[in-house]
Amino acid sequence: MRVVVNGEPRELPAHTTVAAMMAGLPGVPGGRGVAVAVDGEVVARGGWERTELADGSHVEVVMAVQGG
Amino acid sequence: MSARVEPFVIGGRELNSRLILGTGGFANHEVLERALAASGAELCTVALRRLDPAARGSILDVLAGAGVEVVPNTAGCFTARDAIITAQLAREAFQTDWIKLEVIGDERTLLPDAVELVSAAEALVDDGFVVLPYTTDDPVLARRLEHLGCAAVMPLGSPIGSGMGIRNPYNISIMVERAEVPVILDAGVGTASDAVMAIELGCAGVLCASAISRALDPVAMAHAIRLAVEAGTLARGAGRIPRRRYAEASTPEEGLPVFDVPEA
Repeated sequence: MRVVVNGEPRELPAHTTVAAMMAGLPGVPGGRGVAVAVDGEVVARGGWERTELADGSHVEVVMAVQGG
Repeated sequence: MSARVEPFVIGGRELNSRLILGTGGFANHEVLERALAASGAELCTVALRRLDPAARGSILDVLAGAGVEVVPNTAGCFTARDAIITAQLAREAFQTDWIKLEVIGDERTLLPDAVELVSAAEALVDDGFVVLPYTTDDPVLARRLEHLGCAAVMPLGSPIGSGMGIRNPYNISIMVERAEVPVILDAGVGTASDAVMAIELGCAGVLCASAISRALDPVAMAHAIRLAVEAGTLARGAGRIPRRRYAEASTPEEGLPVFDVPEA
């Protein structure tokens, strides 16, 4: 299936969970200070393992940066 | 040395420093770390952006090392919906209910969008957040935000990053007189004197980012603004003299020698 992660299309096996997708992302620093939204809904860390992505899902993965 | 100084309490948390450091604009983490130490700040804002695989070191490590608390912001959000989702992401990322709520209405001025701001504040308060809204210097809007349950109100002195100081001190002082929650000046500080003025007007605290991070010497400016906030706090506690249009001599007139020799 095809999902969009931070604006970039990615091919992932069907039923990929948020946890599996995150494990495959480069540069997730231990997951600390990182959060995920799928189709505009925040997925709490406790739900990463059981939340499956669907074909066409829009995923946003964010991290802390400097900001006023 | 302590004059009459009320404690600085936001959302039930008592703070020693009235200076909150915005971490935006620092050239690198090392300068930020040194400026943080010089500022004495106990709270720091951070933002959320898309994961950057090339990022070297997390800002969270710098802030944890400095022993300061993180207050995430919703910088860059133009709608209540975006701000609410960003706040929820921040709660997940940082395990904090505190959120500096920014909902911007215009790219050029970065002024808040009052309608979206109120709508986002209401939803976030209902969702259990400690909401610190960045607002215009409008006392009526500030009261609306307070009545919605915001933990503080954070008016701008002038636009973000403009360094134009406090353009409407009368509105800021009206806000302070009527607010039951802390008023924190949140934008426009350009240098130390602006921070003194904010505190002398009665603001409970000052949030500074650009004034420090974009100064020629950010560490020295962090120190200067720390002292400015302390000076303003002492001066406010000390009670300034009233302004008057005419002079009032400080030297007594009594006992003044007379040099005119009376004519015989």
